Amino acid sequence: MQWETVIGLEIHTQLATRSKIFSGAATAFGAAPNSQACAIDLGLPGVLPVLNAEAVRLAVRFGKAIGASVAHRSVFARKNYFYPDLPKGYQISQYELPIVGEGQVQIVLADGTVKSIGVTRAHLEEDAGKSLHDDRLGGGGYSGIDLNRAGTPLLEIVSEPDMRSPQEAVAYARKIHQLVRWIGISDGNMQEGSFRIDANVSIRPHGQMRFGTRAEIKNINSFRFLERAIQFEVERQIEVLEGGGTLVQETRLYDAERDETRSMRSKEEAHDYRYFPDPDLLPLELDAAFIVDAVADLPELPDVKRERFHTQYDLGEYDASQLTASRELADYFETVARASGEPKLAANWINGELAAALNRAELEIGQSPVSAERLADLLKRILDGTLSGKLAKQVFEAMWSGAGDADQIIEEQGLRQITDSGALETMIAAIVAANPAQVEQYRAGKDKVFGFFVGQVMKESKGKANPQQVNAILKRMLAPSD
Amino acid sequence: MSLDASDIEKIAHLARLAIAPESIERYAVDLSNILDLVARMDAIDTTGVTPMAHPLHMSQRLRADRVVDSDQRELFQSIAPLTEDGLYLVPKVID
Amino acid sequence: MQNKSIAQLAADLRLRTYSSVELTRHYLERIARLDPRLNSFISVASDAALAAAERADRMIATGDAGPLAGIPIAHKDIFCTAGLKTSCGSRMLDNFIAPYDATVVERLSAAGAVILGKTNMDEFAMGSSNETSYYGPVKNPWDPTRVPGGSSGGSAAAVAARLCAAATGTDTGGSIRQPAALCGITGLKPTYGRCSRWGMIAFASSLDQAGILARSAADVACLLDEMAGFDPRDSTSADVPVPDYVDALDDDIAGLRIGLPKEYFGSGLDDRVARSVHAAIAELERLGASVREISLPNSMLAVPVYYVVAPAECSSNLARFDGVRYGHRCAHPQDLDDLYKRSRAEGFGAEVRRRIMIGTYVLSAGYYDAYYLKAQKIRHLIADDFARAFETVDVIMGPTAPTTAFALGAKLDDPVAMYLNDIYTIATNLAGLPGMSIPVEPVDGLPVGLQLIGNAFAEARLLNVAHRFQQVTHWHQGAPAGFE
Repeated sequence: MQWETVIGLEIHTQLATRSKIFSGAATAFGAAPNSQACAIDLGLPGVLPVLNAEAVRLAVRFGKAIGASVAHRSVFARKNYFYPDLPKGYQISQYELPIVGEGQVQIVLADGTVKSIGVTRAHLEEDAGKSLHDDRLGGGGYSGIDLNRAGTPLLEIVSEPDMRSPQEAVAYARKIHQLVRWIGISDGNMQEGSFRIDANVSIRPHGQMRFGTRAEIKNINSFRFLERAIQFEVERQIEVLEGGGTLVQETRLYDAERDETRSMRSKEEAHDYRYFPDPDLLPLELDAAFIVDAVADLPELPDVKRERFHTQYDLGEYDASQLTASRELADYFETVARASGEPKLAANWINGELAAALNRAELEIGQSPVSAERLADLLKRILDGTLSGKLAKQVFEAMWSGAGDADQIIEEQGLRQITDSGALETMIAAIVAANPAQVEQYRAGKDKVFGFFVGQVMKESKGKANPQQVNAILKRMLAPSD
Repeated sequence: MSLDASDIEKIAHLARLAIAPESIERYAVDLSNILDLVARMDAIDTTGVTPMAHPLHMSQRLRADRVVDSDQRELFQSIAPLTEDGLYLVPKVID
Repeated sequence: MQNKSIAQLAADLRLRTYSSVELTRHYLERIARLDPRLNSFISVASDAALAAAERADRMIATGDAGPLAGIPIAHKDIFCTAGLKTSCGSRMLDNFIAPYDATVVERLSAAGAVILGKTNMDEFAMGSSNETSYYGPVKNPWDPTRVPGGSSGGSAAAVAARLCAAATGTDTGGSIRQPAALCGITGLKPTYGRCSRWGMIAFASSLDQAGILARSAADVACLLDEMAGFDPRDSTSADVPVPDYVDALDDDIAGLRIGLPKEYFGSGLDDRVARSVHAAIAELERLGASVREISLPNSMLAVPVYYVVAPAECSSNLARFDGVRYGHRCAHPQDLDDLYKRSRAEGFGAEVRRRIMIGTYVLSAGYYDAYYLKAQKIRHLIADDFARAFETVDVIMGPTAPTTAFALGAKLDDPVAMYLNDIYTIATNLAGLPGMSIPVEPVDGLPVGLQLIGNAFAEARLLNVAHRFQQVTHWHQGAPAGFE
């Protein structure tokens, strides 16, 4: 049987506000337990929620960024269930009328294919607190509840079941992650829980229209885990079905240490959330001015920029998508491309040498020791023939370790390429003369020996000889004398 | 509308209320009577009527994003049944 | 002293005829002597009250006093008071000391009012007889074998017995107006959103409104002037200008158009209560008002709608009482579920548990549309009935309750019979409108209330009509025997 994987994601992203969504307590990460939980966050009797305008503004930005309609009227509802990290016994969320309606984003796969993924909706809600398990608490048998996180503003972004592989799911999650940071609505910090993913995974025989029974994998906090969790879950489901079993709709947890998903027994009990409009909060009505104002300073969006890089700079889709992974990277690229006048070379260097160096050092583009201007200067020296590609890499490494700008390094370390044909001919003639046996072999048809001579020239020139010129001179000098 | 013992048990569980077996019958009678009262609503045709969740015909007001609440943990936990190291304690939560 | 109006008390305090400390002592002494017969207070804050009275006296002396400086009042125990127990009439909160004041409390204190204590109430304001309180029933001062009404029964009894100058209350389905009627005093439930709900423990958030129980419309106006107004901490607080209610009391009511809904005078209404109500309306006609019959065709569905909406909201509002952060926690919980279930079952009384269960049921999967949504639609029709009526009349009038105070225990075992007591008051909460009850001619020595319903934010008009009525009648001045 050929199986098709169907994946939809629900992403909770923490909105970058100073205070909580319904209270004036701080949202800062890492405070002492319950020191940032005010009376409202604790659900003390008689307290009331008042909505944070900034959370609304950020949600509107997201809606506009994915081309979705932003609801002029949306409603907050209560989702009722008992859990110790949920102080009021209900979560204030949006149910029937969310603030952001249908939209879409584009993902670019490794082969350059562009695919649209539908976003069903995005809605505002409050986060819950945290349960801590420590056997020392209360002498054992207790969990500790920290409500600092309770009331933190979240935007829950729900996708259509449009993804067909773990790789597509990762590309989509990365895309949303890129976008929320791009438009400045979230720091996207996954370690701190600012960006959490739930994956709905099902399989069905190829060609079948109806969806299979899905499992919801909760609270995945890295892209790598997302891919592995889905991979494992798909294999598990295939195994169950091919073994003649049936799947149950359930909530599962990904265990990164064992690299498996397992059923969350405590959540198996049928949920009945008893949603109803929150009577403490009137309908949220946004006028055109609020929306216009919220998006007035939206930057050029990543898809638009990617498309522009593709057409304006003639870059491949994949290169263009890599370069628009973040706003900082895209800006870096454009600076280098403009200053050097050679966008393709800029793209190759940024996606190649620079990306590798950043990766090794675990740095973000904003922390790069080589600025865009300096990289552009380096590329100019390639373009004017001062440096060969190989020399340029040497110069780049020196720049990376703080040895100054390209020209300084070229000067100080004498890395200028030797392009003086006379000098090169003298050097090469001497090498040819000193190796008669190899000359003989070459002339007898052993083409590989040519590489030996290139090596000798490079050794002699300390790598500075212009490779194209070396090739041409060698070919001429090694040609059988008639 | 009449509720039976299993309905009562299910509702009591959803509402997290312990319920003594001997009182289930009484709950079933009381709640069924209340639902009979409520069933008078059925006399009215509400086709096309918009539900009204709230008496105020106003839009929701928003507040500025300012941190105005400072740490009052000590005060808040002075009325808590069981705390340790700033945490509220509950019987172990199993995920 | 205890029979003087708030305006007179304020004038006397300013003239130093007596001090606020003396006045406060006087009330504290009455509470100590008389309240054991009534059980109208849950907490009496003698020391704090005397300290507040001293402060008021100092401010009166220096001329910095607020309008209510030194006036001793009581708060229904549903309003949070920093440092003073706020029980909401429940075992659940028997140990609860709120870390903050309710806005209503804060505003009245800022105006100089002295808090004598917290009054008894039906548990979490769920009841119409004040018999569901964890602290025992309140007795009606006019006949201690009868109920004072509820849920603000403690406030009503305390005001009627002259144990405080006035008291706050809350009204979700009649909880100010019905006890005011049964205790022979004046009660106002303002428009939804007129007074802040911050710090007022929620029963049904879309219906709850803070109000006042006092002996006259003029006294109510004095308190409303201070309580009413926008509060940024309450999203449902109305940002609507607050008129001067005391100023409007003496306006002429000639030409006032009174509507009598025929549905409020049908079967179920005690004939003698009906006669008292009609006699009062005739008095208003003599003052120049005109009367016409109107219809509120859907109003008889108010009770069924209410018993969906209120329990639904309460089932959610009361979920926070889980034994984790405050309030009652059961001994030795075996696991998390046990902690929740026993803490809640032990902490809540029978009526509260019943309403939580009904509310949970009507919101649950498969029943939401048939109950909750249906109720919200009829709620709309009920509100539309009022809107239509107010196109042709200024004030709607009728009885507040179908009978005079009934005997303690009479309806305790029949929730539905109890619920039907609020048949005339509930619709105004569903529509969010202001309502009042004022005493009219008693029946067999028991008080009867006339209900006045106004359009949204028309409290000044209601108080004005009530005041003009009280200027020409004396029903509001009668004191129960033994409490004169």
